[in-house]
Amino acid sequence: MSQKLLKLILLLFVGLALTPARALEIEITQGAEGALPIAVVPFPHTGGGAPPRQDVAAVITADLARSGRFRTLPLKDMLARPSRADQVDFRDWRALNMENLVIGEVADNGKGGYLVRFRLFDVFRGEQITGYSFPTTQHDLRSTAHRIADLIYEELIGQRGAFDTRIAYITSVRDRKGRETVHLKVADADGYNAQTIVTSTEPLMSPAWSPDGRRIAYVSFEKGRPSIWVQEVFTGRREKLTSFKGINGAPAWSPDGRRLAMTLSKGGNPDIYIMDLRRRSLRQLTHHWAIDTEPAWSPDGSAIVFTSDRGGTPQIYQIPVSGGTPRRLTFEGSYNARASYAPDGRYLTLVTRVNGDYRIGMLDTENGSLQVMSRGSLDESPSFAPNGSMIIYAGREDGKGVLEAVSTDGRVRQRLAIQVGDVREPAWSPYYQEAR
Amino acid sequence: MKTKRLAWLAMIAAALLFAGCSSTGTRDESAGNAGGGADVVEGGSGAQTSGAQQGGATAGNPLEDPNSPLSVRKIYFDFDKSNIRPEFYDVLRAHAAYLVAHPATNLTIEGHCDERGSREYNIGLGERRANSVKQFLEAEGVNPSQLNTISYGEERPEALGHNEAAWAKNRRAVLVY
Repeated sequence: MSQKLLKLILLLFVGLALTPARALEIEITQGAEGALPIAVVPFPHTGGGAPPRQDVAAVITADLARSGRFRTLPLKDMLARPSRADQVDFRDWRALNMENLVIGEVADNGKGGYLVRFRLFDVFRGEQITGYSFPTTQHDLRSTAHRIADLIYEELIGQRGAFDTRIAYITSVRDRKGRETVHLKVADADGYNAQTIVTSTEPLMSPAWSPDGRRIAYVSFEKGRPSIWVQEVFTGRREKLTSFKGINGAPAWSPDGRRLAMTLSKGGNPDIYIMDLRRRSLRQLTHHWAIDTEPAWSPDGSAIVFTSDRGGTPQIYQIPVSGGTPRRLTFEGSYNARASYAPDGRYLTLVTRVNGDYRIGMLDTENGSLQVMSRGSLDESPSFAPNGSMIIYAGREDGKGVLEAVSTDGRVRQRLAIQVGDVREPAWSPYYQEAR
Repeated sequence: MKTKRLAWLAMIAAALLFAGCSSTGTRDESAGNAGGGADVVEGGSGAQTSGAQQGGATAGNPLEDPNSPLSVRKIYFDFDKSNIRPEFYDVLRAHAAYLVAHPATNLTIEGHCDERGSREYNIGLGERRANSVKQFLEAEGVNPSQLNTISYGEERPEALGHNEAAWAKNRRAVLVY
């Protein structure tokens, strides 16, 4: 290795160590056959105001590309760069076998604001499919671009997009003396705009989004013991919910946001409890000497799945929220844990052990078949995107925790690389809902 | 890329070196149950244990005596198991005797796991390990009010590697006075 290269690498590492995590990088490790060819032309800025600091078209292009459902046209291959409908010559795009074309512009909209206009065309028919304009600001340009990508995705794929959503995750950084600092972070689904919402020298675990995307429940060991906290994502205001003797863990919101399922061991061993958030009343749902943990609600709120080793090995069980006898759902393999539902209520994603490797599985609850979705040896913490199109999970690469995502049809796999420390426990947000 | 791989190797080597420095307990597989049966050598300093500590006449605080079995504060477990291995009976009996003789002293038992499997399930497993030590001490006559437990699951590894050697060190209960 040359001296120069070594220096460069060293510089890179120093740089990485000093700068906070900037973005999760998307790397498509397996392409999809039959992806839709689409061209997104750069959106020029019109007007004399401050130029936009985000390249809106580049954000849209990256979203569409990483979904695996689209093949995007590189800038250098474009024969023209129209931004208005009257500038489009469809022959330019048919020649490149593009099926769809996106054009637009970022216009000044008074007082530092912008109006982002975009149009989506069917190249072969030579027709506009849809077109919108969004008033926005410098700060919200990326979010506007994600909303446009969502609209394009929905138009062409026929399913609501999940680009304008977020992920929560835990990172851990050790200093030279081995002291660990743990962060709970929230980022856009493409990894940008990462913000730390909790920092601790004690473990932080199990972030869980409220169904309206406005609050996160998590476990913190601050003050030397585990407690469940609920924090408002935007204000940072938080409240300690439980701090019983023993385990206070695995919080999971009911779909209506009124109840929180959790694991408590105050009765002597870990069992599932349900807390009514308004009354603060607790009801014990499982009663067994085994480890019962990792509750997750069915989308209709009628049932809870959880991990239990009551049969000798950890397996997934389902119990009505009203109580009753748990029913075992997993029968393949000696280790199945941490299940959560897809939005359709039919599939579960979970951690399953295959020949000693811990991988992400997808269980069809209608016929009991279990499909292995990941290829790592220490994969964990899977959760579905709110449109059910992808599963995000934590894996290990070169001894470091990384976030990965796989499409639920298994065709597209991405690695989201964070530059600093260990990354783990990703949780994909629901669709954000305005306060009512 | 070759250079990238080299850089990773360097980082992994550094991590391993670091893990070696930060861990204070190394298990000596060959020690069997000679002497006091403690086969955990703290700090790798070659400190040896001797038998018959019950009511021992150590000057000063026996908790500070590196030659006492009380200096052994880590109990290791088999994969996915929480039963106490027989090699640790004598160490735990020594701790029990100390706690019985010092009823004002409290002990916190931390339960830990290796990184494999899901995190919240491991919190459950770590608690089971801590409770298993607690029950052993109680059976030896320790007042339950002297004992606290906490499970850290896989959140506080002692060894940072990702192999069986590191995992074996991380499946442990730690006694904290």
